[in-house]
Amino acid sequence: MALTDWDGLSPTRNFVGLSNFREMLEDPAALGALRQTLIIAVAVTVIQNALGLLLALGVHSRIKSRNVLRVFLFAPAVMTPVVTAALWKYMLAPDGAVNGLIAALGPDSWRRNWLGDPTLALWSVIGVIVWQFAGYSMVIFLAGLQSIPQEVHEAAAMDGATGWSRFRHVVLPLLAPAMTINLMLSIIGGLKLFDQVWVMTGGGPGTSTETLSTLIYKNAFQFNEYAYSVALAIVLTVFVAIFSGGQYGLLRRRERAIR
Amino acid sequence: MNRYRPRTLLREAAMIAVTAVIAFPLYVLVNLSLRDPRDGSSIVLPTTSPTLGNYADAWREAGLAGAIVNSVVVTAVSVAIIVAVSAMAAYPLARVTARWSRWTFLLVLLGLLLPFQLALLPLYQTIRDLNLLGTLWSLVLFYSGLQVPFATFLYVGFLRVVPREYEEAALIDGAGPIQVFWRVVFPLLRPVTGTVVILNAIFVWNDFLTPFLYLSGSDQQTIPVAIYGFIGQYVSQWNLVFAGLVIAMLPILIVYFLMQRHIIKGFAGGLKG
Repeated sequence: MALTDWDGLSPTRNFVGLSNFREMLEDPAALGALRQTLIIAVAVTVIQNALGLLLALGVHSRIKSRNVLRVFLFAPAVMTPVVTAALWKYMLAPDGAVNGLIAALGPDSWRRNWLGDPTLALWSVIGVIVWQFAGYSMVIFLAGLQSIPQEVHEAAAMDGATGWSRFRHVVLPLLAPAMTINLMLSIIGGLKLFDQVWVMTGGGPGTSTETLSTLIYKNAFQFNEYAYSVALAIVLTVFVAIFSGGQYGLLRRRERAIR
Repeated sequence: MNRYRPRTLLREAAMIAVTAVIAFPLYVLVNLSLRDPRDGSSIVLPTTSPTLGNYADAWREAGLAGAIVNSVVVTAVSVAIIVAVSAMAAYPLARVTARWSRWTFLLVLLGLLLPFQLALLPLYQTIRDLNLLGTLWSLVLFYSGLQVPFATFLYVGFLRVVPREYEEAALIDGAGPIQVFWRVVFPLLRPVTGTVVILNAIFVWNDFLTPFLYLSGSDQQTIPVAIYGFIGQYVSQWNLVFAGLVIAMLPILIVYFLMQRHIIKGFAGGLKG
C-alpha cells in the first residue's frame, strides 16, 4: 500500500516504489510532525516519570492521608482523554482558569495564550499529558516500592546508609523493573499521541503541535492521500519498534547488571 | 522510622498541596458545570447558587443516553470476548509442552510488538469492505483482535505458576478437559482475570480514534465521540460543555472510586507480569 499512489477511493492504484518515503523527506509537514512527536515522547517520558517517582515516594511514606491521596492522584489516569483534553482546552484558553488563577495570584504579565502561541502550545500539550498520566507512573513505581522487602531497608540502615545515598544505592536499583515498564509505556504513549492533540489544538496553531498520528489521520481522511498516510504509519511503527526494542534491551541489561 | 515526626508532617503537607494542584482542574470542572451561565464571578470561587440546569440541557443536547448504552455494550462484549478467548487460548499454551505450543505463543507475542497504527488503515478498509462501518460490531471485532495478545500473555504468565494438581485430580474424577477448564482452571485465574477486565475496560471505554473512524457519519456513537461532537457544537457555552463532560466521565469515575483498591493493585500487578 505504501508503495502505491492510491487515494483510498479510486479503483486504480499505481506502483510508485519508494516515492512516498522520498516525498516525506522533503515534506516540511512530515518532518515537523516527526520532530514534535519525538519532543513529546522524550519530554513526557522524562517529566512524567520523574514526577511519578516523587509522588510514589510521597504516598509510600508514612503520611496519614496516603490512601486518599493515591486515589485522587490516580483518578486523572482513568478519565477519558477526550474529556480531560476538552477540560484543559478551557483551562488554558486566554480567559480560562489558568490565566484566571495567575491573575488572582501573580502579575498579569504572566498570563499567556497557552494553546494559541506556537512556541508554547507544544509544551502546554506536554503538560496536560504529564498531568493525566503522572499518577499512572506513580502506581507502577509504588508497586515496585512495595515489593522491596523491609529487611533491605534495615540492612541498609545498619550499614549507615541514610537519605539520599540509601535512595540512590538501594531503592533506585531495586526499582529497575518498574522503571523499565514505566519508560516503555510513556515513550510508546508519547509516540502514538492523538486524542489530546486532536481535541485541544487539532495540530495547530499552524503546524506547531502536529504529531505523526494527527498527520496520518489528516492524510488518510481529509487530504485523500491514503498511500502516503500508510507510509507515515510505517515510519511511526519503525520508531516505536526502535524505541521500545532498544530501550527494552538496554534496561534489561541494566536490570541484570544490578542483580 | 516508624514514628510520626515533624518531618513527616512537612511531607504530608507538601503531598496534600501537590494533590490539590493536580485535582484543581476537576474542581473547576464541577464548579462551572453547576453555575448559571449568567454568573460572571471568578471561576476560582465556589458557585454561590448551584443549579442542575446545565446537566438537563447537556443530557438533552449531546445525545448522551444512547452513547452511554453504546459504550457499555461495546465495552462489555469486547471484554467478555477478550477474557474468554485469551483464557482458553492460554490454557493449552501454558500446559502443552509440544513444540507447536512454543511457536504459537511466540506468534501471539508478535501481536504485542506490532503497533496498531500500522493496522489502522488496512483494517479500516477491511471493515468498510465487510460493510461493518457505522456498526458497534466493527469496534468489538477491532478491540478483541487488538487486545487478545496482551491478555493471553498475562494469562500464560499466571498459569505457569498455578500448580497442576487440581486439574489432575479433576481429570481423575472423570471430568473432560473443557469441564476442567471452566470448573477448575478458570476460577483459579480470578486475580489475573480481574486485571485483564480492568485494563481492557478502561482502554475500550476511553478509546477515541477507533470509534471516531469507524462510526463517523453514523448515528451510533460512543461516549468519547459524542463528547467530541458536543464540544465542537457548543464551543462557547462552557457551562453546558462542562456539564456534559461531568456526565461523560461519571460512569468510569464511579466504577473507579468503587473499585479503586483493586484497580490500583490490578494495574501494578498486571503490568508487572
